[in-house]
Amino acid sequence: MATITLKGLAHSYSAKPRDPLQHPDDYAIQALNHVWKQGGAYALLGPSGCGKSTLLNIISGLITPSAGEVLFDEKVVNELSPQQRNIAQVFQFPVVYDAMTVAENLAFPLKNIKMPKAQINIKVQEIAELLELTDSLNKKAKNLSADEKQKVSMARGLVREDVSAILFDEPLTVIDPNLKWKLRRKLKQIHEQLNLTMLYVTHDQLEAATFADEIALMYQGKIVQFGTPQALFEQPNHTFVGYFIGSPGMNFIPITRRQDAVFYQDVQVAISHEQQLALQLCQSANLKLGIRPEFIELTHSPVPNSYPAQVKSTQHLGSYQLVTLDFAGLEMHVRVSEKMQFDGNRVFLLFPRLWLKLYVDEYLVGEPPAQKAGDSHA
Amino acid sequence: MRKIPNNKAWWLVLPMFLFVAFSAIIPLMTVVNYSLQDIFDQNTAYFVGVEWYQETLRNTRLHDSLLRQFGFSFSVLLIEIPLGIAVALMMPTRGWQASAVLILLALPLLIPWNVVGTIWQVFARGDIGLFGWTLNNLGLDYNYTANPLDAWLTVLLMDVWHWTSLVALLCYSGLRAIPDAYYQAAKIDRASRWAVFRYIQLPRLKNVLVIGVLLRFMDSFMIYTEPFVLTGGGPGTSTTFLSQTLTQMAIGQFDIGPAAAFSLVYFLIVLLVSWLFFTTITHMDKSDGGGKDVK
Repeated sequence: MATITLKGLAHSYSAKPRDPLQHPDDYAIQALNHVWKQGGAYALLGPSGCGKSTLLNIISGLITPSAGEVLFDEKVVNELSPQQRNIAQVFQFPVVYDAMTVAENLAFPLKNIKMPKAQINIKVQEIAELLELTDSLNKKAKNLSADEKQKVSMARGLVREDVSAILFDEPLTVIDPNLKWKLRRKLKQIHEQLNLTMLYVTHDQLEAATFADEIALMYQGKIVQFGTPQALFEQPNHTFVGYFIGSPGMNFIPITRRQDAVFYQDVQVAISHEQQLALQLCQSANLKLGIRPEFIELTHSPVPNSYPAQVKSTQHLGSYQLVTLDFAGLEMHVRVSEKMQFDGNRVFLLFPRLWLKLYVDEYLVGEPPAQKAGDSHA
Repeated sequence: MRKIPNNKAWWLVLPMFLFVAFSAIIPLMTVVNYSLQDIFDQNTAYFVGVEWYQETLRNTRLHDSLLRQFGFSFSVLLIEIPLGIAVALMMPTRGWQASAVLILLALPLLIPWNVVGTIWQVFARGDIGLFGWTLNNLGLDYNYTANPLDAWLTVLLMDVWHWTSLVALLCYSGLRAIPDAYYQAAKIDRASRWAVFRYIQLPRLKNVLVIGVLLRFMDSFMIYTEPFVLTGGGPGTSTTFLSQTLTQMAIGQFDIGPAAAFSLVYFLIVLLVSWLFFTTITHMDKSDGGGKDVK
């Protein structure tokens, strides 16, 4: 059990990486600093190829980083092998030792640390029960289905209690949806029982949100935001977070400034006082407003600070409907109640102040000070 | 639908039938034919039934030869298989070193049998051969032309030199086929080097090892050229293996009948041992898979 600290971590797969500042593309991980606290359940979320798995393999010691340090508690472990780091890791695709039975598979990590036989048996029974593998304990591992193999893989990761941390690399990819949900709950339970640091890599936001207390969202080799699922949803720090989290993602409105006001084409959009102050402090022309489809309000008749738009299509999705709008040439999505009726094409949009976010060079600015708490990036 | 009888399709089988007949059945039947007759010259032959077979099975010269042969083949397997695995485990996996080692290992396999015999015949000589000369100068009384044990060990060493590469190359290919994920998982599970070998590498080498053992058994059981060139079967009969005894009988003494009977017995022994080995291995595999039906 340990707190895992990453200091200035960088990794490149090319043999001769160029200067990280000029050629960020050479790097799978860039100048990454982070702390995973002992006992936390964390998710590492991001699209394919963003460096999640690389980061995980660096922590477990399967990959040696090009630069930076990995610390377990206060100790630098860069030079230690995975064996010495005493870490458990479950891979995306099942790895079972096919010459062994399921029971032998589960006992293998324990046998390697020379645990007494009687104790191994108890532990194997316990973990097999937890993952519902008891019936197949005496089967040869190579005869199992993909589902069961992955459960064996997972059980091997969970069987040792003294590990520094357990790392999961998209462990549920090959599992069917029904069982997926069950196993996720199981992992959560195990986390509560064992007080272990767990780090869960996934590209599925739902999976991340159900498993983790806090999510680190990775994009292009960096952690762009670290926070609770709620914080990621309500306060996306970076346009990518807004786009990646939520379904559909955040609406972005490219804007230009004229004196103290901001315009989308010829429509002036009202912004908060803080946002105006933030705008005065920067020169950049890369300005965007972001608002989630859930927070936009629609009315049939104009009210102050509302903007006209055309309804293009509506999609009924059970408990809500998803409306696609044309806002002066920009496509926007709005989530409204199933009850709302659209007679004509014309509607008016209202952007509640609290939920209209300002992004300068893709990063969030101009938030009231109190709301910044709970997000570690800034 | 009514079936139209058309037996013309049988003609399609004919080429294959002829091919198999000429390549295997007719030569084999010739041998069977010889083994049942006593042949004096081209025009004089008598049918003798199973007499040659009875003689073959009673012939003490052949018994000795057979024992020597088994001793040799098992020694070959005992040395070459573990050594081949060890070499494969130590081979570099990437870079120019890997290619260099592969070429070095393949070299002995490319040398013709009689050349191998000649190489060792010179190499092991006490007066001008590096190997024999070195041993003698180290104070060992080594002379493969006079001492039966020395001769036997030299033939064995020669075979190990010639053929361990084959086992090593087979195992190397088997090892390369193991996905990295297994080694990673083993590291995570804190497996020792031995545990990795025992539980990950060895089970996955099984298939190539079956091939390796079969090839090495059959080849060493039929070894002829190398000891013939190196020792000529001597001193005495200490390195006269089955095939050489057979050749002496068939060509040296022109005992075609007994030689034919002996050939067939020889063939059946190779077949029997290979079959026993292969069946045992596949049977072991099946009992491994017992869990499949339990579902």
